[in-house]
Amino acid sequence: MTTQALMPKTGIRYWPGRVLRGAGRFLKLMSRNKTGFVGFLIFIFFVLMTTVGTWFVPQATSADITKIYVPPSREHLLGTDSQGKDILSQIVHGGRDILQMALLTGIISTFIGVALGSLSALIGGGFDSFLTMLADIWLTIPRFPLLAVLATLVKLDNMLFLALLLSVLSWAGLYRSIRAQVFSIKERDYIEAATALDLGMWHIIFSEVLPNMLSYIAISFTFGMTSAIYAQVGLVFLGLVPLTRNWGVMINLAWTQGAIFFKDSVYFIMAPVTAIALFQLSIVWMSRSLEEIFNPRLRTG
Amino acid sequence: MSSTAISTQTVPKKTPLRRWIKRIASNYIVRMLSRAVFTIWFVTSLIFFLVRLMPSNPIEVYINELIVQYSLPYAEARDQAASLFAINLDAPLHEQYFEYMVQLAHGNLGTSLRSPGTSVWEIIVAFLPWTLFSVGLGLIISFILGVFIGMLLAYKRQAWWESGVSGIASVLSSIPNYIIGIVLLVYLGVYWNLVPIHQMRGSRSPGIHPGFTWVFIKDIFFHAALPILTYVLSTIGSWILSMKSSTIGTLGEDYVAVARARGLSEGRITTAYVGRNAMLPLITQLLISIGFVVGGSILIESIFVYQGIGYRLLAALTTRDYPLMQGIFLIITISVVVSNLLADFIYGWFDPRVRVAGGER
Repeated sequence: MTTQALMPKTGIRYWPGRVLRGAGRFLKLMSRNKTGFVGFLIFIFFVLMTTVGTWFVPQATSADITKIYVPPSREHLLGTDSQGKDILSQIVHGGRDILQMALLTGIISTFIGVALGSLSALIGGGFDSFLTMLADIWLTIPRFPLLAVLATLVKLDNMLFLALLLSVLSWAGLYRSIRAQVFSIKERDYIEAATALDLGMWHIIFSEVLPNMLSYIAISFTFGMTSAIYAQVGLVFLGLVPLTRNWGVMINLAWTQGAIFFKDSVYFIMAPVTAIALFQLSIVWMSRSLEEIFNPRLRTG
Repeated sequence: MSSTAISTQTVPKKTPLRRWIKRIASNYIVRMLSRAVFTIWFVTSLIFFLVRLMPSNPIEVYINELIVQYSLPYAEARDQAASLFAINLDAPLHEQYFEYMVQLAHGNLGTSLRSPGTSVWEIIVAFLPWTLFSVGLGLIISFILGVFIGMLLAYKRQAWWESGVSGIASVLSSIPNYIIGIVLLVYLGVYWNLVPIHQMRGSRSPGIHPGFTWVFIKDIFFHAALPILTYVLSTIGSWILSMKSSTIGTLGEDYVAVARARGLSEGRITTAYVGRNAMLPLITQLLISIGFVVGGSILIESIFVYQGIGYRLLAALTTRDYPLMQGIFLIITISVVVSNLLADFIYGWFDPRVRVAGGER
């Protein structure tokens, strides 16, 4: 609301200008933290590669026995795999699943954590102590083995279901930090004023408490994404989740076919490995810039 | 926690017995222990009902498998499955559950489906020590190293190498541990050919017998070297970063300034005032990371073919050996819960404030 008041009234006609200016402001804030900005750029690169990139790079479907483990050349920028398929194409097409699932898990787990954390801190009493105890127990459950066990009982190839499952399994850590944060915000004057005005629980949560926790939420969102990527790629790598186009599948294939023990196949295994590592790193780095944007006190210089 | 809530309501009538119960319920050790027991019970029940209520019920799957493979009649296959799973299939679910719990309390985890005649317990005893050894040693090395490097970085913030080391720590802490493992294997073992990767497989070389001999100790370290290195590299980054920021925070505290003003030696301030307090939040982190690293051992041990409990769990999962899978999962949970309990006690010893009942936040 404050940003609208500060901006000149341009009218509905000039909304592209407003969007551009907003984007410019966002970029300027992002670029304050160098590491964060680099992370942001890499992240955008991955998003573009997995969405727009798929239009330009044809999908490698047919095997070509004459071109097994061809080293990088102009035709195959990253060389070919054990079946003669282009590696670059597999990288470009293999990221979409991971990206979608990471975003979905980030959104769902953040929602669960924020909702339960703020409700617990605002309602208090038995509800709060019950949830706190449950979260303490939940945190000690070994998550990845449980997922691996579940993968043998249920088919985890449905993206939404997997994202939901991952979120449910990882709500506790987020819940804890949000609850602690709401507890500290709850005591402040403006919340007491809102309570005195009887503005209602949801108004207090969404209009008074949430805006003051945006940096926490942004961090937890990125954390949800990274842990989702860890779990999904790990499951796929172990061969427990049947997916077809995925960086984890590439590692799994390189693994099961013994390609890992040939010197020539180093691009086949290192390409998806580098992609996953860079993608994770970009999200973690990006979270630093996000933290600064939503928490102006951290801004330096 | 709920116990303290109840006991505050019963304050008006303070009979000696009630007071005694209250004192036990609010005791730090009792609270921690009861939570640990409850967690283990919760996870066991969760797995029990998941395995039985899932659409692809593994017992039915196994019965069908027996019918197809050995062309047994249904009743016989069912009997065989029941004896293997050590349950009575005709009983209602709650009775099966009760039976299972009684068996568990007696330490009976059933027998393996894929290696008949071997009890789940024997398999666990053979594989678990290797995981505890490699994960435990890896975490200890990485914690100690990380704490030292983190403190050093906090003290030498002006040094030219500070940002470089912090950068490496930040990269290491964000990359998944199995990625680090794969990179180590590909480069050290295959591309540069620095270590004999094929001989390092397994948890020990054939023909070498356990005992306090130099040969045996050298051998187990030879086999565990790469998994331990992976655990160290994948966890050290976060220790360095948290210790650095924690130390910087502690250096600004009043009591450090007072200690300096009192003319205490810098060495004593560093260890007794800064180090001890800066390490406090890291111990809680260590507690959470134990569970994560033990859980991640399924990936790391599969990469290096290190025969620990994680490696065995994957084998049980891919061959659908449900009793073994259930047993290993239970053991992993118990080891995580017990190590968390230990960490809680250590934390209570370091920071006496948390031992007071109701002191949490």
